[in-house]
Amino acid sequence: MSEDTLSLVLFSGTDDRLTAAAVLTAGAAAMGRPVNLFLQYWALDAFRADRITKDHGAAPEAGPEGSALMARHAQQHWSEVLRQAKEIGEVGIHACALSMEMFEITKDDLDPLVDDVEGVASFMAEATGPVAFV
Amino acid sequence: MAEIQITRTIDAKGMPCPGPLMSLIGAIREGEVGEVIEVLSSDEGSKTDIPAWVAKAGMELVEVADEDGFTRFVVRKAR
Repeated sequence: MSEDTLSLVLFSGTDDRLTAAAVLTAGAAAMGRPVNLFLQYWALDAFRADRITKDHGAAPEAGPEGSALMARHAQQHWSEVLRQAKEIGEVGIHACALSMEMFEITKDDLDPLVDDVEGVASFMAEATGPVAFV
Repeated sequence: MAEIQITRTIDAKGMPCPGPLMSLIGAIREGEVGEVIEVLSSDEGSKTDIPAWVAKAGMELVEVADEDGFTRFVVRKAR
């Protein structure tokens, strides 16, 4: 991993935040920057194979109007944006071991987009550039 | 100027950011060096993203033209 690695900690599991994170990931991957994603809590839950494309709602600040706006403004699903980002660039998606334990799930319960299960220290070892929390 | 032979057109009109750029990158990867690819995009982000990527990736931006409701980007795979 190099200095221009973009590391994002995905915590929220709502479709708006995950879409924003996926678009940032795709942009960074397109510009040749390695991307390192760490899935915790509700974001990890959204990456479960059986529910990844289901409706995950919007962040509280969206309100009913914001949710309606999102529904009208057609956007590619965030999982598809991440899939494309992985095709064109160096994108690692890691599940937080602690959150995995909390949900009592294994790697097999997750969408194949997720590369592996990692502890926080191994994520940080790769996060040599800035870390943003979504 | 010699006639430019466009070998592939990607109609990405209506595709949201960063879709048109992602489609272009995919097409450039699949294409041969020297090939000229045209992308039609109505996404505002493409106006800055496609030139930025072309410069970073060492490709050649042959033409950018504003059309009715979309922008046409012509890119040559330079390497």
